[in-house]
Amino acid sequence: MSTALELERVDTPREERESVVVRFAGDSGDGMQLTGGQFTLATALAGNDLATFPDFPAEIRAPIGTTYGVSAFQINFGGRTIKTAGDAPDVLVAMNPAALKVNIGDLREGGLVVVDSGTFNERNLIKAGFAGNPLEDSSLDPFRKIEIDISKLTLQALKESGLNKKESLRCKNLWTLGLVYWLFGRDRQATVDWLNEKFAKRQDLADANIAALNAGHAFGETAEMPDGITAYIVPPADIAPGHYRNITGFEAMAWGLAAGSILSKRPLMFASYPITPASTLLHVLATMKEFGITTFQAEDEIAAVCAAIGASFAGSIGITSSSGPGVALKGEGIGLAITTELPLIIVNSQRAGPSTGMPTKTEQSDLYQSVYGRNADAPLVVLSSRSPSDCFEVAIEAVRLALKYMTPVILLTDGYIANAAEPWQIPDIDTLAPMPVELRTDPEGFHPSLRDAETLARTWAIPGTPGLEHRIGGIEKDYNSGHISYDPENHQLMTDTRAGKINGIANDIPAQSVEAGPDEGPLAVVGWGSTYGPISRAVNNLRDEGINVSHIHIRHIWPLPSNLGDLLGRFDKVLVPEMNNGQLLTVLRSEYLVPAEGLNKVSGQPFKIGEIEQAIRERVEN
Amino acid sequence: MNVVPEKLTAKDFTTDQEVRWCPGCGDYAILKSVLGVLPEINVPRENIVFVSGIGCAARFPYYVKTYGFHSIHGRAPAFATGIKLANPELDVWVVAGDGDSLSIGGNHLLHLLRRNVDVQFLLFNNEIYGLTKGQNSPTSRKGTRTPSTPMGSLASPVSACVFALGAGARFVARTVDTMQKHLPPVLMRAHDHTGTSFVEIIQNCIVYNDGVFDYFTDKSAAAENQIHVEHGAPLLFGSDGNKGLRVDPTTLDLEVIVVGENGVIENDVLIHNETNRTLAGLLSRMEPPDFPKAMGVIYCDPAPTYDTELHARVSAARVDDMEATFNDRLRKGHTWTV
Repeated sequence: MSTALELERVDTPREERESVVVRFAGDSGDGMQLTGGQFTLATALAGNDLATFPDFPAEIRAPIGTTYGVSAFQINFGGRTIKTAGDAPDVLVAMNPAALKVNIGDLREGGLVVVDSGTFNERNLIKAGFAGNPLEDSSLDPFRKIEIDISKLTLQALKESGLNKKESLRCKNLWTLGLVYWLFGRDRQATVDWLNEKFAKRQDLADANIAALNAGHAFGETAEMPDGITAYIVPPADIAPGHYRNITGFEAMAWGLAAGSILSKRPLMFASYPITPASTLLHVLATMKEFGITTFQAEDEIAAVCAAIGASFAGSIGITSSSGPGVALKGEGIGLAITTELPLIIVNSQRAGPSTGMPTKTEQSDLYQSVYGRNADAPLVVLSSRSPSDCFEVAIEAVRLALKYMTPVILLTDGYIANAAEPWQIPDIDTLAPMPVELRTDPEGFHPSLRDAETLARTWAIPGTPGLEHRIGGIEKDYNSGHISYDPENHQLMTDTRAGKINGIANDIPAQSVEAGPDEGPLAVVGWGSTYGPISRAVNNLRDEGINVSHIHIRHIWPLPSNLGDLLGRFDKVLVPEMNNGQLLTVLRSEYLVPAEGLNKVSGQPFKIGEIEQAIRERVEN
Repeated sequence: MNVVPEKLTAKDFTTDQEVRWCPGCGDYAILKSVLGVLPEINVPRENIVFVSGIGCAARFPYYVKTYGFHSIHGRAPAFATGIKLANPELDVWVVAGDGDSLSIGGNHLLHLLRRNVDVQFLLFNNEIYGLTKGQNSPTSRKGTRTPSTPMGSLASPVSACVFALGAGARFVARTVDTMQKHLPPVLMRAHDHTGTSFVEIIQNCIVYNDGVFDYFTDKSAAAENQIHVEHGAPLLFGSDGNKGLRVDPTTLDLEVIVVGENGVIENDVLIHNETNRTLAGLLSRMEPPDFPKAMGVIYCDPAPTYDTELHARVSAARVDDMEATFNDRLRKGHTWTV
């Protein structure tokens, strides 16, 4: 079994950095996601805080060497708290001309670009759309560059491996990873262990990949680097003591839903239809059967929500998930869950739209759809998650509210949060509050429209319970008996009751707090969902400069926290950055009549910290 | 807890709700049969669930004193699937009209059948949209004049039983609303079958499509235009009981023969084998006047059900101490301590 080579250490001069952003980019077959994943792990083990973001093409296997086949993975890590995957990369690793072409525009001026010069042949340059060779002209002059024929060096390193040329070249990414490990002083052992485990049945492949990793690292240790190129050191961050792991938004969501099921002692039934980027949640939950979780890939979006509602009727927590277009199809089913007052959770991994839009690109433009997007007066609960690890807590909150209030809950996440990863302090489920559910068993005085006087939640009587046989459905129900009713006054009463039940939840959720800054003042920046990272960093940066600005981040989108109106009224200006054309903005304006203004970005890309900083400066300096 | 209940009667399954079908609707007769069968199936009332979509037929659950879910148009199979996945012990009956199950819900019926979810699926086929006031349905014959097709409908109808077999149904039967001696035993067979039991019930809409089935349901026409299939019995019909079916080797299709004519003897007549999928396909396609309409259990060949197999997987994997497993699994793999 191969191990990390213990080479004679050259005393590399290392430059200390508080935080660094690295982007790995290559062809979709180059293994960039895997390379990024391993670098993330080594970085976490080195004690840095971090955040990552994968950016992969919609095409599964786009033609090799084309710009639309470029796959990238970005990581921001540092010795301070890291809140986003970073604005502009400090280091770009480009495995071919197309990767350079797509990504070089994002690299910070003076940043470091590492290229595999072995791939810069005429054919690849033409495919990438370069007129000349950027390694030979002046186009890379604003940057520092390390030009290495990684292809050739990988083949040399694997001469004795027994692999053919094609197989050997597939180890290029590990060679490159070895070099980047050297650049940041990372330990290779975790990756070596991972390779040995991954290729347990093909020791030759494990050995070859480890040899490539070691060769890339050795190259950094021994080769003479061009002028101006130094290795870096990023000191460990001040992180709260505890036991950590990396977690993506999807994983955190799945674990949160499972925790909700365990804490409420109700089985979880997850029914879903494949759609990018939401499908991963189905994949993760399908591996969690030990918690009694049933997963069902339905024939379409409508069947998925209906099967989930059927499961809720039968006593499970019915959950479905999708992205905007799929949630649109589920609308009628959601309305039925509202009127039959059954628990239901709809996870929406938002993506750029309308219609098919840009499925792999992120947006937060389904807020209107969530709050308002059904026929008739059909209120429900809307929650949003702000970061990958936050999905865990929000998922538990969704289960709590769905069960306690017998209502559908839409849980908004997005393609960015769902696929991004960050370190997560592993929770202990024994310390989380139980959420017991009381099922009706007493036939005395029972009818299906009975509701709790305080929460207004309808009683839950599940099939299999003797004496409680009853019928429910989409037709309006009599308030006092549950029988179908066309009575005008009853319809008014039921409509008011459904609205009152949801509005009352405002008293059962935490009051809106202020993330940073005072709870009154010249300017509040109000966000929701995945804008948390850039807003938080921007506000904190400017507060460090002495600018008086506050950050408010809303988790409960509907109903809104009961103190939010008062809180917003205490600021002179309210700025609402959103990755949409102003959806929370209009909700806040219509609910509270506050003169809020929007900062809107609909490009399929998250906000950069600098964009928010600039918008804040414009408002406090005028 | 499976305590054998006291013997119930149809009255015990009757709700206090006023039945709101048109006077003379075939649904009344079907309801009567179902209410008569439910006390016979030996399932505690609380374990029975009726699920429906939208349409005249879909009002059915309100009139049966079990658990019931009147859902949305076309989606009853999906609700039924969710109910069975949550609790496979429940005895689930789906009631749906022809528009509900073959138009808006055609996709769901297809997948219910191919998954073989253990439910009874009763398709009330009246070849018309009743609740929306008389438009043509997916089973309406070509040329049917309705408010939406004043010059006659253009599309060919879908045959419910042929569709079901094509979708992979393991139980296919056909009966008629007014055949009160035939309908209950077919329902019993459907209930006894494990898997999706698909039953097409020919049902007369007295308001928008009255008499459209008379050519084979009317007393004067029934003997010549219906064949009552029974597993192991010869496929005989006709007022004299001497007409039979056999396979014509030149067309690979069925042909009608007459015992005693042209040297045909009773041994020439095919014996019904309800496990024979090919025969089921031939029988379910038959239409008067060339052939009699097949009634009874056309196909029955049980196979594992989706709900049972999925539930077995979850049950086998489920752990007793979920909290400990939860904490353990989260701490597996690459973790670190600060």
